[in-house]
Amino acid sequence: MRGGLSKTFAVMGAVGLLAVSACGNSDDNSGGGGSSASKDVTVFTWWADGGEKAGLDGLVSTFNTECKDYKFVNSAVAGGAGSNAKQVLANDLAAKKPPSTFQAHAGAELGDYIKNGQVDDVSDLYKEFGLDQAFPKSLLDNLTVDGKIYSVPANVHRANVVWANPTVLKKAGLDATKAPASVDAWIADLEKLKAAGVKAPLATSKGFAQEMVMEVVLLAELGPDKFTGLWKGDTDPNGADVTAALTKYQKLLSFSNVDRDAVDWPDALGYVNKGQAGYTVMGDWVAAQQLADKVPDSAYTYWPAPGTAGDFQFLADSFTLPTGGQDPEGAKCWLKVVGSSEGQKAFNTKKGSIPARSDAVPTDYPKYQQSAMADWKSNKIVPSCAHGAACSLGQNDSILSAISQFSGKPDVGTLQKALAAAIKSS
Amino acid sequence: MHGRIRTWGPGALVLLPTVLLLGYFVYGLIAWTFNTSLTDKHNARPLPTKHVGFENYVNLFGEDRFLNSLKNLGVLTVAFIVGTLIFGVLWALLLEKGVTGEGVFRSIFLFPMAVSMIASGVVWGWLLNPSQGDDARGLNRLFDLLHLNFLENPWWTAGSRWTTMASIALPAVWQLSGYIMALFLAGFRGIPPELREAARVDGASEFKLYRYVLFPQLSPIALSALIILGHMSLKLFDLIYAITGPNQFRTEVPSVYMWNTLLRSDMAKAAGIAIVLLAVVAVLVIPYVAYTVRQESEE
Repeated sequence: MRGGLSKTFAVMGAVGLLAVSACGNSDDNSGGGGSSASKDVTVFTWWADGGEKAGLDGLVSTFNTECKDYKFVNSAVAGGAGSNAKQVLANDLAAKKPPSTFQAHAGAELGDYIKNGQVDDVSDLYKEFGLDQAFPKSLLDNLTVDGKIYSVPANVHRANVVWANPTVLKKAGLDATKAPASVDAWIADLEKLKAAGVKAPLATSKGFAQEMVMEVVLLAELGPDKFTGLWKGDTDPNGADVTAALTKYQKLLSFSNVDRDAVDWPDALGYVNKGQAGYTVMGDWVAAQQLADKVPDSAYTYWPAPGTAGDFQFLADSFTLPTGGQDPEGAKCWLKVVGSSEGQKAFNTKKGSIPARSDAVPTDYPKYQQSAMADWKSNKIVPSCAHGAACSLGQNDSILSAISQFSGKPDVGTLQKALAAAIKSS
Repeated sequence: MHGRIRTWGPGALVLLPTVLLLGYFVYGLIAWTFNTSLTDKHNARPLPTKHVGFENYVNLFGEDRFLNSLKNLGVLTVAFIVGTLIFGVLWALLLEKGVTGEGVFRSIFLFPMAVSMIASGVVWGWLLNPSQGDDARGLNRLFDLLHLNFLENPWWTAGSRWTTMASIALPAVWQLSGYIMALFLAGFRGIPPELREAARVDGASEFKLYRYVLFPQLSPIALSALIILGHMSLKLFDLIYAITGPNQFRTEVPSVYMWNTLLRSDMAKAAGIAIVLLAVVAVLVIPYVAYTVRQESEE
């Protein structure tokens, strides 16, 4: 009886092992990139629908003419603003089956892949394609990690933009054509709006939208250099100037809608469009949204967040060259297309962002993008934490948690401590 | 020996696939998760990891965010169990007294259970909008229209832990009260009518009939209900995630925190949270399983 039982267990174990090894085998056979002979270029993105899909299609048509030897294979994973895709990608990379190239936010969010040794240095390609001349110097500085660049940006979005409703501002006798000069002036305007009967003059929404408000206040109060240094560890996050800025953020939050933790950014934008609020802080994808919603140009206005004129807080989608990817030549051709002016035009006119290159022709683009392109050339470029240019995924997780705690129970000390801890973590 | 195999052999053969699958996919993976929680695998890097003992657990219990999520979970569980039992038993009592169209009411009360938590979570997220007064939406708007303005509240977005977590428990109560009703209704129906008749003949009042004759017979059902609700509440994820989204400090429970931690590729910490959660559920479930097994073997 006893012998029988232990035999049963032995058989169980053996069958279990077989099952596991069988899984491994089948995985290898159906593996990611396909065989190198077919010259397939698998491109991994989270651009699966809407303007993003249209932009990707634009890139693909350029790729098909420029890289005739290779075949584009779409490997997009939809949903969750990329969070689903990032999980899938992490698995593929851990299993050492990278796609030919994958999408990642340029900057710190790439940092994990770099530390993991999962992406290759593409500095040589920058020279080869002339990208070191085509992209503005300050963008290159933001992309460079220890003297090397690991990705080619396809587009640029601006984060520090305030979208305002001129009709509402007129009610309080405010000039809608230009931004308040500083955060303090903005707070004074918000007081006036409140006195004029606008209950929640600053519309905002859950999670990253509040983080963006905090960031524009920090940027305005610290200035671009100290702001960039904050995320790099050069500026003391426990300093008195950060405390002062966060206190102003608390003040701003007191002018915002009570349902801010229950709504998303299009709802907050809706409050502005409907005249329930005067302003909202949101990235310039709002411009594409307003066009899609057929909101007339006269119904809204926009300027850089108060105190941040002359600073361009950027975020960018970029493509990488994964280490050990199949057929790197095909991937390099993809990167060439991504960085080229034809590729950037095909992509950005459809996605509603602006090209990273400084030599793009503004008249090819809609009205908002033209002004953003002018600023992109002349402004000081600083990174966005909320969108992965300055902060890793992990840092953002900690900061978002602290922001949500602050929204419920505003305490500057707790927020500052959490912020400092998040910046120190990885 | 040969004869013996004949007796237990076929049974073992039938059980074998289940034992194998459970052994590997449940217990094997629990062991694997536990092992991960003892390492320093805090990123997706393919580096060799080393064992750090219980460091991850020490860090977790020294962290505001994790302690906050545990407290949230405690409050949620109490609010959810109490609320569900009150409504479930109340409806069971009402139906048991005999109403016209009992089938209709039963379906209405049971129906919410058929809705997936993620779907009801999205809708409840809208219903629990914190705006009040003229801007009120969702339930607050309903209160406003009914001139019950004193009932308007910010739901899960402000106030004490009891307010926020009770607001999260509300949809869960709505969803599972019908199930508890069905359990108790079946219990009432299973009691032989002779017992009621005997009690009435002996002159027991309606209250005494329930208090001393009927309810004592339902204690096994109450215990099952408690265990089922308890372990559901401890593992609740989808509803909370759908209502509040990720990274909401005020409503974060360990399961949501584990998800956030996993998204930042901190495998060891996520595994640690998973094991703590498993331990909490085990504290509830294992005594119950032991109790049932003993009961059955006594029979």
